[in-house]
Amino acid sequence: MGVAVLYMSLIVLIPLAALTAGAFEGGVGEFWEAITGDAAWAAVSLTIQVSLIVTLINAVMGTLIAWVLVRDRFPGKGIVNGLIDLPFALPTIVAGLTLLALYGPRGPVGVNIAFTKAGIVLALLLVTLPFVVRAVQPVLLELDREMEQAAASLGAGPLTIFRRIILPNLFPAVIGGCGLAFSRALGEFGSLVLITGNIPFQDQVASFYIYSQIESDNRQEAAAVSVFLLVLSLAALLILSALERWTSRHAR
Amino acid sequence: MILRQVFRRPAALVALLAAGLIAVTGCGDDDSASAGTSGGSGGDSTLTLVGYTTPREVYEEVIPAFQATPAGEGIEFEQSYGPSGDQSRAVEAGLDADVLVLSLAPDITRLEEPGLVDPTWDDGPTKGFVSTSAVVFLVREGNPENIRTWDDLVKDGIEVITPNPFSSGGAQWNVAAAYGAQLKAGKTKDQALEYLRTLFANVPVQPKGARESLQVFQAGKGDVLLAYENEAKLAQANGEPVEFVIPDDTILIQNPIAVTTNSGNPTAAQAFVDYALSAPAQEVFAKKGYRSVLPEVADTYAADFPEIPGLFTMDEDLGGWKAFRDEFFDPDNGYVADIFADRGFSQEDE
Repeated sequence: MGVAVLYMSLIVLIPLAALTAGAFEGGVGEFWEAITGDAAWAAVSLTIQVSLIVTLINAVMGTLIAWVLVRDRFPGKGIVNGLIDLPFALPTIVAGLTLLALYGPRGPVGVNIAFTKAGIVLALLLVTLPFVVRAVQPVLLELDREMEQAAASLGAGPLTIFRRIILPNLFPAVIGGCGLAFSRALGEFGSLVLITGNIPFQDQVASFYIYSQIESDNRQEAAAVSVFLLVLSLAALLILSALERWTSRHAR
Repeated sequence: MILRQVFRRPAALVALLAAGLIAVTGCGDDDSASAGTSGGSGGDSTLTLVGYTTPREVYEEVIPAFQATPAGEGIEFEQSYGPSGDQSRAVEAGLDADVLVLSLAPDITRLEEPGLVDPTWDDGPTKGFVSTSAVVFLVREGNPENIRTWDDLVKDGIEVITPNPFSSGGAQWNVAAAYGAQLKAGKTKDQALEYLRTLFANVPVQPKGARESLQVFQAGKGDVLLAYENEAKLAQANGEPVEFVIPDDTILIQNPIAVTTNSGNPTAAQAFVDYALSAPAQEVFAKKGYRSVLPEVADTYAADFPEIPGLFTMDEDLGGWKAFRDEFFDPDNGYVADIFADRGFSQEDE
């Protein structure tokens, strides 16, 4: 316990406390002004917006992929399973570069969504893919198939089984994965470097706003927006974990 | 044992965290002092060069050449390259450095106040600058949109790529070039500001730095990239399908070099700076596409660097970086911040 707390303090708590202290250097009023400034707020609200979209898509697609990986049999499954984690291993700027090459103005696909909000969503989807998949997968593996068989023998169709048996069991895992994906999307930087236009009020996300504030030597403002993102992240994780506990209690 | 006792009691834990917090936030004042006493990096015979990204390959040739001179004999080098502003902030925060080569003067002058660079750094014959270049238009091969002048950039449908001047100090050269060129052309200040406004309306993408801008341009976005002459030459030399146009009126980009006050070997550091400003090193700069700060070297390579009729400088024509930055890039009421903010309002109206 002592070791864990000391480690947590050095790696997480003290840096975050220092950041928070920096954010409030000029008092609460300045902190609030920093966040509600036009450009800052535009960036933050855009970030929340795309992060929510990304989280929702992840919830559906991540569960689907996990399902396919656990329940279906197909050649190369092991490879696909390994690929899921690649976005974690890939330096995020490489992910951005790849997306720009593929879906940019000269992309072979013929779809140009670079420098649009769709481009941001795409990059975020790539880097957040593993969260829901990896959260749902073990639960699916452990899920007792006899429950489904029992339901089927009682005359339940596949849809009913999915809705009444599988979904309630998976729900806590999906929510947990979503929380992580949302938090990651809020703060993502590297993969967006080449795919956003970085234009204030248009497609500048919060992490880029923070970066530009640091580059312009406005550390307090940068810290304020960072702390706001942090609080948002924390709130999302707390709410979702409460929801997770609630659903897992009421599932059975 | 003590730790275990501490952590058994939540109050003690809170106290410990608070102490840590005070240690972290309170040490701001000590930073420069400790950096000052700890001296330069690793021993007397090693110099640390902290620089911005672009001139890396120049220094990869200049350093061995310096080591071959009597003054540089036995001197080892450590090199760190990154975005100019980031490098400057890192040095301010305590990164050991002996020699600084940065993209623009404010990144050096920032270090004067904490005492890391002597205020006389720009007293030399080249005013502290080691290399110069110019803001040019990088266009697609064959110049399909026929972009020749600053006025061509604000035509309807032309897409201009330039880094976000708030994320990239270097991109402020581009804004200075565009604005100064309007003044050179005889426009009033208000007209020049209006020009900036129309120019930014044609900028669909503002990557965070010069490198990213070049990548975005190479990926096919935009008709013209505001770039530095040396980078434009490099892109062309690398066989990219691009060419560049030097506008008649443009700004002379001046890159500073300086020795830190806490260098472990100030003599060697100064010797290196002197060497970088000598003819052999300046020839390397010229071969890599920079305009030399030495008149005699500039003359030798004159054929590679066409004379720019309306060349102007930050210090002589635009009032110096400090005033220019306050006027244009102050986040609350700078002109460029205003241009971006108005854009926000017009978007909300739509």
